[in-house]
Amino acid sequence: MNVLKIENVTKAYDKNVAVNNVSFEMPKGSIFGLLGPNGAGKTSLIRIITTITGADQGTVYLNGEKLNSSHPEQIGYMPEERGLYKKMKVGEHLLYLARLKGLSKNEATNEINHWFSKFEIEDWWDKKVQELSKGMQQKIQFIATIIHKPKLLILDEPFSGLDPINTNLIKDEIDEMHRNGTSIIFSTHRMEQVEEICEYIVLINEGRNVLEGKVKDIKNHFKENIFNIEFEGELPENIDEIATVVKQKSQSITIKLQEGIDSNVLLKKLIKQGVHITAFNEILPSLNEIFIKQVEQSAKPEINNE
Amino acid sequence: MNKLWLIIQREYLTRVKKRSFILATLLTPLAFALFYAIIIFTVTYDTSEALKVAIVDKEGIIKSIADEGTLIFKKENRNLDDLLENFEESGYNGIIVVPPIKNITYKNYSVAYYSDSQLGLDVQSKIENIIGDKIRDYKIEKLKFDKKELEYLRTSITLNPEPIKPTDEDETPVASIVAAIIGYIMGFIMYGTVFIYGTMVMRSVMEEKTNRIVEVMISSVRPFQLMMGKIIGVGAVGLTQVAIWAILIPSMYFLVILFFDFDPEQMNAAASVGNEVDVEEMEDMVTQAITEIGNINWWAIVPLFIFYFLGGYFLYSSMFAAVGSAIGDDLGEGQALTIPITIPVVMALVIMMVAIRTPHSSLAFWSSIFPLFSPIVMPARLAFDPPIWEIILSIVVLAGASVFFVWLSGRIYRVGIFMYGKKVSFKEIGKWLFYKG
Repeated sequence: MNVLKIENVTKAYDKNVAVNNVSFEMPKGSIFGLLGPNGAGKTSLIRIITTITGADQGTVYLNGEKLNSSHPEQIGYMPEERGLYKKMKVGEHLLYLARLKGLSKNEATNEINHWFSKFEIEDWWDKKVQELSKGMQQKIQFIATIIHKPKLLILDEPFSGLDPINTNLIKDEIDEMHRNGTSIIFSTHRMEQVEEICEYIVLINEGRNVLEGKVKDIKNHFKENIFNIEFEGELPENIDEIATVVKQKSQSITIKLQEGIDSNVLLKKLIKQGVHITAFNEILPSLNEIFIKQVEQSAKPEINNE
Repeated sequence: MNKLWLIIQREYLTRVKKRSFILATLLTPLAFALFYAIIIFTVTYDTSEALKVAIVDKEGIIKSIADEGTLIFKKENRNLDDLLENFEESGYNGIIVVPPIKNITYKNYSVAYYSDSQLGLDVQSKIENIIGDKIRDYKIEKLKFDKKELEYLRTSITLNPEPIKPTDEDETPVASIVAAIIGYIMGFIMYGTVFIYGTMVMRSVMEEKTNRIVEVMISSVRPFQLMMGKIIGVGAVGLTQVAIWAILIPSMYFLVILFFDFDPEQMNAAASVGNEVDVEEMEDMVTQAITEIGNINWWAIVPLFIFYFLGGYFLYSSMFAAVGSAIGDDLGEGQALTIPITIPVVMALVIMMVAIRTPHSSLAFWSSIFPLFSPIVMPARLAFDPPIWEIILSIVVLAGASVFFVWLSGRIYRVGIFMYGKKVSFKEIGKWLFYKG
């Protein structure tokens, strides 16, 4: 079952096509990375999902239903550009945002107290937002995003501007929500975070989706048959019949197997030679590499057209 | 609906609880009270000091002279030199010397006043009037006129407007003055409130946009709900403030009067000294004015005033909201965008002032139908009893226009709040109207 289904969604501002015929599906309960370079159309797409704007064409389904005005209460959205009413008291502010998401006054108050004690900030209720540091304001922003227990959580660059301690704090909360079954969209261009957190990704460039799927599958798809071997002894001379050496040190070697040759063939060859293998790893491309490659590839035809 | 209510509540409460709001709401009536107290104080100040004046009148021109207020007159038989020599011990503040009247046909006559200290302007004109009256009496006697008969010659004319078709109500000239004053007050209140609360809406929209809270808000509510919540909330703040002032300013006025133990008629009398206006005539006018104020159909005017307030407020504040959404953080750059709003408001004010002088002209008529002017012009005309059909037409047009402008502004607003770092032109705003939701 998919929590989110995007079907041929297009959105243009004037002549600038921000989202161009994008389709993908997001499995329920997954952590989903929405990737793309700056200006790729991520925010435009998120604004369509959060019902902030409507799509020109195409349809968005949330839990199998066409997106409608009751859905914002099931979605929690933390935009990249954070913002709160500076002069409001923290408690009142959270109460206001929670009630706009459909919580009653009592439910909202209970939730706020729960999060205040969880983050050990019980005495913040009467503080004004502007009295808090940027990092503290981010915490409040995060609480405001998840206070109504959304089924779909959308985080746009959630860790930007956070110190390592608060980053971990928020990461733990994201993990916990994931364990409790919340579906999470994670929009970023920081690949190491994606690799760490996401199970699925979709890569958008210039309004189009360039790549989508499970992180593991994508990495497998883009692997180049490169292996790293640590060993003791002498390598066979005729190894270049089946592979090319990428990098060589005295006790370790990185090689690229030729197309169609299984890694077992290589292993057999080495063992036969009497090489003692201490470690054997396939080197998968990092998402970062895939990302850059794909963005460059998808950008090229555009440039040629002009 | 529930969300709209939450937004209205927040917009209203955060403003009403602000220290600056409480101060402005309470200090304005205090400022009025202070202003009024200063006026009373200055008016009553001079008269509180008694002035003793000797009158040297060898020819016996002045038969008798009564004290007037704080002016104490005493006829002296001693001659001037004698008096001047003993001035210090005499206890007089000044000496008036009435010279003989050589030719009774002379109209100008100068009287000497000896003193160390200068006279205040009002006291001087008071004395001039008193002595002038006495000399008039002297001349009347010399010319052997009958004083009573002479009084009959004085005729004061008031131009009394009458309608061509008789109506049951008889209009007095005071009625049109009262209507004009009420018209001015209403027109100015409209003008002020549209500007003050309209710009309040605009600033608040700009703040939300620069704060970036707007994206969080719009992920929970429709842009139109946020805009309307703000307009209604700020409008309620305006009504609260005006209502508090409507209670506090008059009560401050009465408190000041009580405090000074001051009779307002005394002020009128003080003001009329030096003018040719008869005090009795003045009092007559005041009572007439009070009856005229009572005669005005307040049961119709007050609800209509509130309607025009709301209509004008919704129309203009929605435009202010739209402009605020387009401006964003740079007020200096966006100033040009507010011009199309401020020009009609200022024009309406100017037309309002003309319309009061000619309340039944075609300018007054058309401008009280045109929805950008009618919220300011029509309330000013209400006291002049415009025809019912004009009022109804004006109401219908304004109501329609308000709805239209709110809708139009909503379409600009929903796009404008998400536009950053772009210099916005009217052409650009025009395009936003046709963007799909």
